[in-house]
Amino acid sequence: MDLFEYQARDLFAAHGVPVLDGRVATTPQEALAAAEAMGGGTVVVKAQVKTGGRGKAGGVKLAHSPAETAEKAGEILGMDIKGHTVHQVMIAQGAKIDEEFYFSVLLDRSNRTYLAMCSVEGGMEIEQLAVERPEALARIPVDALTGIDAAKADEIVKAAGFAPELQAKVADVIVKLWGVFVAEDATLVEVNPLVRTESGDIVALDGKVTLDENAEFRHPAHSELVDAAAADPLEAKAKSLNLNYVKLDGEVGIIGNGAGLVMSTLDVVAYAGEKHGGTKPANFLDIGGGASAQVMANGLDVILNDAQVKSVFVNVFGGITACDEVAKGIVSALGILGDEATKPLVVRLDGNNVEEGRAILAEANHPLVTVVDTMDGAADKAAELANTGA
Amino acid sequence: MSIFINSDSKVLVQGMTGSEGRKHTQRMLASGTQIVGGVTPGKGGQSVDFTGKDGSPVAIPVFSSVGEAREATGADVTVIFVPAKFTKGAVVEAIEAETPLVVVITEGVPVHDTAEFYALAAASGKTQLVGPNCPGLISPGKANVGIIPADITGPGRIGLVSKSGTLTYQMMYELRDIGFSSAVGIGGDPVIGTTHIDALQAFQDDPETDVIVMIGEIGGDAEERAAKFIEANVTKPVVGYVAGFTAPEGKTMGHAGAIVSGSAGTAQAKKDALEAAGVKVGKTPSETANLAREIVKSL
Repeated sequence: MDLFEYQARDLFAAHGVPVLDGRVATTPQEALAAAEAMGGGTVVVKAQVKTGGRGKAGGVKLAHSPAETAEKAGEILGMDIKGHTVHQVMIAQGAKIDEEFYFSVLLDRSNRTYLAMCSVEGGMEIEQLAVERPEALARIPVDALTGIDAAKADEIVKAAGFAPELQAKVADVIVKLWGVFVAEDATLVEVNPLVRTESGDIVALDGKVTLDENAEFRHPAHSELVDAAAADPLEAKAKSLNLNYVKLDGEVGIIGNGAGLVMSTLDVVAYAGEKHGGTKPANFLDIGGGASAQVMANGLDVILNDAQVKSVFVNVFGGITACDEVAKGIVSALGILGDEATKPLVVRLDGNNVEEGRAILAEANHPLVTVVDTMDGAADKAAELANTGA
Repeated sequence: MSIFINSDSKVLVQGMTGSEGRKHTQRMLASGTQIVGGVTPGKGGQSVDFTGKDGSPVAIPVFSSVGEAREATGADVTVIFVPAKFTKGAVVEAIEAETPLVVVITEGVPVHDTAEFYALAAASGKTQLVGPNCPGLISPGKANVGIIPADITGPGRIGLVSKSGTLTYQMMYELRDIGFSSAVGIGGDPVIGTTHIDALQAFQDDPETDVIVMIGEIGGDAEERAAKFIEANVTKPVVGYVAGFTAPEGKTMGHAGAIVSGSAGTAQAKKDALEAAGVKVGKTPSETANLAREIVKSL
């Protein structure tokens, strides 16, 4: 889960990382109140969106009075930045900045450990720096068992080329940022820019944090960070039913078991769609190994509520779960849904007890259900039905 | 032969007294795997009743620690079914007991936990990890460690390594007429123990494997690395499949590791890398199976 800047700021503050005062506002009135509460001086109004390049897009503006803060907030709220609508702004205390640096620590999948990246050239897009002047970006592997202690932080600031008089101060902030990374189960903590203010303080001026959703069981407070407003309504519904669902832009609803098989099903449907008017998969939905009747009914319910869906492809491999159980699940799900099930279903079952499973579907003889023996054949049928709108 | 596990493997089940552990212990026993003990802290001295391969009752002893269990049984493999919040503790215990092979089935393990126990295993130099969030591995007719259904197919000349559980089953089913030396589900998490490369090396060295099928999916660069490894080190024919061509950027497709970020981790990049290394890549699982079948027939 990616956090908004203000959420990252709050986490930083909670772990002792130096940050400037900042308050979130959703209306110009709130922005005005925030600016007044912060003393009425110069502030920066910053769009809160989970994408880069907001400065260039006009999503960051300076304001010198509470009235101007409200005005700038009014301009930024509702703005579209790379497809993200701005619903919130952060009113951040203004600061005189002397230097801008860069620091991040992230999960390094390839090396199965963590990686710290640090540069004395912050502020700009770090991807650009990494390409244009890779020597200016220090990359230091971090051992998962020892982490970033004072000695490691010292190694990082030296590799990045900080001036000797700044090294201890920056290293101290880096150790605190590592504290955020570990204590919050983050997979990314990035500060760009990390700045030296006119008064000589090292401050995290902007922050990007990604949290590991698998670790939610030890962070009950993380659930409050979820951006409910941004979630697709069908995705929100699926989540409340404990379904692993991602909405896509297409016409063939997909239900399958196992993440890999469902991903593969999307691909096979997209290939088949090329022959049927360019129909595409409408979603990713993994109902997991169990695939009970109720889970199947919940899945069908979510997919049939997608107005774009014209046909549904149920692709199940009976591994742990036998196909006869899956077939019973489909029949009973259609029973549970009754008249709400109105779109054609193409079902492909393979694996454990497949004959019994197909026999159950044949006996039920539901008018909406077509059984096809192979995955490729079933994908073709589902794409065809979506295209003809049958 | 086979890779990683065979009929001599003596297997412990951590979490055997839980419902998932119990269910899968029964399945592993039914397929002829030597299950020698269960481990549940605080339940040492008990035993759990199962039905053996020949239908006769067997009582599997429960131990309170992996160390105790290894000492009493000589087990060299442990398979972990404990809930995610206890997984790190269970794996660390298995590593500290110097268990040669540790298979972590549990899904939803925080990646900080995995990074930590992976580092510990690497530092110990005594433990090979498989997973987490994986279906485990099977050497048909010899041993089955994890949740791969043993009745899909029997022993044969194909070696399979896959990030995905159900695609493993699907591929075994498609090629059930030929059979497998071993099938290894390595899991779809961002950090995993055994990689495609580890399995490719083992299959290359296994005299009973003629053809290797490798299944990948979006996210990370494991497939690209595997492609480089194949080019330099694998002389046996390799057939590949990659899932996730239609996955949009920034959306996690079920597996925590299956996410395309920026230009990295796309299915197309993986397919291109594999093909450049001489791997035949199928468009669908069925087409991939047919490519493998043709190669087996031509040998």
